[in-house]
Amino acid sequence: MPDEFSSPSVPSELEEPPLSTELEEDQTAAPETDADLVTADPAVLADSLGDYLGAQWRRIKSGESGALPIVAGLIVIIIFFQAERSKFLSALNLVNLFQQASIYILLGAAQIFALILSEIDLSVGFVLGVGGMVIAELIAPPVNFPWWLGILCGIGVTAGIGYIQGSLITRLHIPSFVVTLAGLLFFEGVLIELATIDKQAVGGVISVSTTSPVFKLVNSNIPVGASWIILVVVIALYAFLSIRRAARRRAHGLSAPPISITLLQIGAAAVGGILLVYVCSVNRGLLISLKGVPYVIPFVGIVLLVYSIFLARTRTGRYMYAIGGNPEAARRAGINVQHVRRLAFVFSAMTAGLAGLVYASTLGSVSTGVDGGDYTLYAVAAAVIGGASLFGGRGKPLHALLGGLVIGVVYNGLALMGISAAGQFIATAIVLLVAAAIDALVRRRSATTV
Amino acid sequence: MSTSDNPATESIPTTGDSNGVPLLELRGITKRFGPVQALTRINFEIPPGQVTALAGDNGAGKSVTIKTIAGLWPPDEGEIVWEGQPVHFHGPREAEAIGITTIYQDLALADNLDIVQNMFLGHEPLERGLLDEAKMETTAKQTLTELSVKTIRSIRQPVASLSGGQRQSVAVAKAVMAKAQLVIMDEPTAALGVSQTRTVLSLIKRLASQGVAVMLVSHNLNDVFAVADRVVILYLGNMVAQGPVSDFDPASVVDYMTTGRSTRAVDHAAIPRSAGQEG
Repeated sequence: MPDEFSSPSVPSELEEPPLSTELEEDQTAAPETDADLVTADPAVLADSLGDYLGAQWRRIKSGESGALPIVAGLIVIIIFFQAERSKFLSALNLVNLFQQASIYILLGAAQIFALILSEIDLSVGFVLGVGGMVIAELIAPPVNFPWWLGILCGIGVTAGIGYIQGSLITRLHIPSFVVTLAGLLFFEGVLIELATIDKQAVGGVISVSTTSPVFKLVNSNIPVGASWIILVVVIALYAFLSIRRAARRRAHGLSAPPISITLLQIGAAAVGGILLVYVCSVNRGLLISLKGVPYVIPFVGIVLLVYSIFLARTRTGRYMYAIGGNPEAARRAGINVQHVRRLAFVFSAMTAGLAGLVYASTLGSVSTGVDGGDYTLYAVAAAVIGGASLFGGRGKPLHALLGGLVIGVVYNGLALMGISAAGQFIATAIVLLVAAAIDALVRRRSATTV
Repeated sequence: MSTSDNPATESIPTTGDSNGVPLLELRGITKRFGPVQALTRINFEIPPGQVTALAGDNGAGKSVTIKTIAGLWPPDEGEIVWEGQPVHFHGPREAEAIGITTIYQDLALADNLDIVQNMFLGHEPLERGLLDEAKMETTAKQTLTELSVKTIRSIRQPVASLSGGQRQSVAVAKAVMAKAQLVIMDEPTAALGVSQTRTVLSLIKRLASQGVAVMLVSHNLNDVFAVADRVVILYLGNMVAQGPVSDFDPASVVDYMTTGRSTRAVDHAAIPRSAGQEG
């Protein structure tokens, strides 16, 4: 036993000085902290642009990569398709691509709520079908609900589905995999039944009137002038809020990203927005003039924005991550784990319902032939490709956006190249495996650094 | 000094505590699980601003004792007295509400959340319905500074990237921020290396110097003698010895822990508790 321990009656005042040196020693005796630190958000650590880029680079090298590799991968895929088919980057095709991708993006967002909690929702494909079918039936004769009421009911029904599935999972402790797998089968049956009951459904197909706002969501455009005005307002608002936030943090003496980074982010958002609106403003009609941003693009944007705020800035959102990371810690912190977990399934199913709305709008009809199985798998794929973790605790709506875009680009590009459905499935499978492999590597790498 | 089978221990309460009423006092706590007698008439007290070590071999009843104090289950007999008032907990939340925080070995931190997020988990301040990140970060920073936790460079790094000692520091800071008056730490150094252990021990001292009562559950005698002001020793569900740390030496503690008595320490044990108060 060391000497200092044999005289425990030394007054504590005398022990104070050595304690602080112990701490200093500890700081130097922990060489791993530098490596550990790279996993922190670079914006937190950097004082200058150079620092920021350095921190970001260390982070990528350590495997805690954020969104950049997916963006890089997306650019590579786009360059490949453009080299193969020059009309890939044409306005017509790009807008088409955005419309196709919006379903995958929403499905990915639905799946992310389950994945954050380390659960999975396999029912989203047919919940999409049921949501779309309910909306289409309610706004069509004989019910003839106004479009907004139809949408509200459709989303309400899907939210209810999520509530029931979530209750089965949290109350009866049945694994989400089993409950939602049952849901996948069950709601395919429900979809067929819905079409059978409705006498208006000829051959199991219900059409959406082309004059209905439901149809116009995907197939109609915001006028070019209005698109630009909205863009300017959105960018200005974003710039104002992010600069004000950074300034406030600095005023509180808290770490804030360097001003150059804030400006860079605003600049990137502005360039992206301008490109998007510009592409959509080019006349892409063949016979008649067709231009403007389809309503579905801001629609998806708003959904993702709301989800981002919900997950990052509200208690319930924070609790979802906490439960995904350590359910026991969440429980001990007094969080109603069952309630939050059930809510995640409500959000998941509700978002699938929103995807059903976009589906109904895209096709102008909903039939019993909704390919729910594929949609479910694409939902998981979109979330995982985008960067959400299958092991819980990690995932953002941004990941759904990126993953959904990757799937949309692959799907669209291969179709342009005239590659069959077989090739499309195989290509998507490979992209998914690559993304999952990256996820696994990240996990292994961050596990070994702890 | 008192022995388990001595009913006179009921009368210990306020004898010779320099601060008068102890923060927490257990009086004749008995706990059974079916036929198993886990605790038999446990008596001891925890004064504020001091580190009380709860020592004992495996199966001595350390865990049952702290879980009883933490409100996980009610005692079968006896009472828990908090600041002179008997209290009855119907769950850990109630114990936490009056100021008893227990830090179990798993620390209950969410690895994917950062330090600030972990420290405020479950009671985040809001500003217009949204999380008030600025307030959280300021308070967290302040708390860590007060505890002189210097090794953490960014409080926005995920807990997964912290070392074992740093994680303990975060858990302690979390307790401090929850305005805990008694922090029970279950084997805080069990999984730590030498320098990390020293960090945590100095943190425990600092916590006590801020007026918080610390109960250190440990069977590591180095730790006990390094930081404890008082020692309570359990043996097979009985409280076999308690008193200022100066009444004990490692050999006598080992005797108590393994046999329930110590011949070596008889002289020390005979010292009245009031005379054994440290400075």
